[in-house]
Amino acid sequence: MEADYGEYKLKARNLNLFYGSKQALKNVSIDIAANTVTAFIGPSGCGKSTFLRCFNRMNDLIPNVTITGEVMIDDIDIYKNSIDVYAYRKKIGMVFQKPNPFPKTIFENVAFGLRINGENSKAILGDTVEKALKQAALWDEVKDSLHQSAMALSGGQQQRLCIARAIAVKPSVLLMDEPASALDPISTAKIEELIFQLKKDFTIVIVTHNMQQAARISNKTAFFYLGELIEYDSTDKIFTNPSENATQNYITGRFG
Amino acid sequence: MTHLESELKLLQDATIEMWVLVISQLEKTLHSLKTFDKDFAREVVSNEKRVNSMELGIDRDCENIFALYNPVAVDLRFVLATLKINSNLERIGDIAEGICKFIISETQPFDKDLLAMTRFYDMFDGANNMLNDVLKAFEEEDTKLARSIFQKDEFLDEINMEANENILAYIAKQPGNTKQALNILSIIRKLERVGDQSKNIAEEIIFYLEAKVLKHKK
Repeated sequence: MEADYGEYKLKARNLNLFYGSKQALKNVSIDIAANTVTAFIGPSGCGKSTFLRCFNRMNDLIPNVTITGEVMIDDIDIYKNSIDVYAYRKKIGMVFQKPNPFPKTIFENVAFGLRINGENSKAILGDTVEKALKQAALWDEVKDSLHQSAMALSGGQQQRLCIARAIAVKPSVLLMDEPASALDPISTAKIEELIFQLKKDFTIVIVTHNMQQAARISNKTAFFYLGELIEYDSTDKIFTNPSENATQNYITGRFG
Repeated sequence: MTHLESELKLLQDATIEMWVLVISQLEKTLHSLKTFDKDFAREVVSNEKRVNSMELGIDRDCENIFALYNPVAVDLRFVLATLKINSNLERIGDIAEGICKFIISETQPFDKDLLAMTRFYDMFDGANNMLNDVLKAFEEEDTKLARSIFQKDEFLDEINMEANENILAYIAKQPGNTKQALNILSIIRKLERVGDQSKNIAEEIIFYLEAKVLKHKK
């Protein structure tokens, strides 16, 4: 299906990334429109998670990383030294493969980001937590046990809690690194449905090894191989008639 | 070969097997008409059950591949194309059966003048050749050969369009043989549809190999 894409929310231009002397990303450029879901696919080690982490500068935390090129959010280069990294990270939520709730109550998990940012009003915290849990399709399951430990939730529930926690601070971008790969099929289906709903309010980038998942939920798909962006196009084009042989070989399982 | 590749090869083999059967049905139909051998015609009618059974089998195979393997790109296009080619071949099988039923209903051999005036054997040979060529295009993944089918279909269309005039001229000469003339007209129409089905198959081959949709384009 054709979508009428708005302005580009996320951009990269000629991005190169080195772990020491090893080049992990080679001259990657991409434009990601607002309120879309973009899937990054490719074999293990192709650079897709590394590239995802460029958008919230998580790679800064890894020693010996060198980055050249530009990464822009709302047309502002986030690698320019004048940027307040912490302020920018607030705009960008991240969800990881393994659910990682804090060892706190369900309520406090979701309220944590708000409290850190100085919000103390009980009313606002309560409303925001409820809204985030509803957006994450978890409210009905936990509304009567908000003050119980998050660690008692199932894996699928914990991951939805992590999504609620990420969206409570109202980021505009959600980065998801294989968010469903540790979950059972039913939980996976719930997460996928949730991602589909969330794109109304967020720009979502998801790294996934599951090509059917990429096909089901994304508007555009980017195929990476050996650090290069090989092909980036609408998902239906990638999965019905990709332009590059390498893409076709990967998605048909003939390599990788 | 991956598991999916083996399944696709089996599907291709099953389709070719059905194709060969349908070609044989048409060839037997032609032979039956030339020699007025009704037993041959009855054999074609009886074999139609095999054609139908193969069609159901291929439909099931395609369904399973979709459900179990989620094919994409060229593999998806191959299964989609095969599903449609399967249906086209089954219709050609029906056409052969239909022609044989006409032969069985005739009380005497077809008049040679009638067959000559309507260019009947040119039509039948043309339809057979198209079906053979499009099988070769499928087996050899030859889109150039597939494209050549479109022009060959025009040849059949030409004979079909002239058929009314030719039949009327024959009936004027031989009014006692009107029923047979009208049967021949019906058979010509059926052979024209064999050409159309072969053309549809050619379009599916081009779709599968080149991802180009030629359906409904002039």
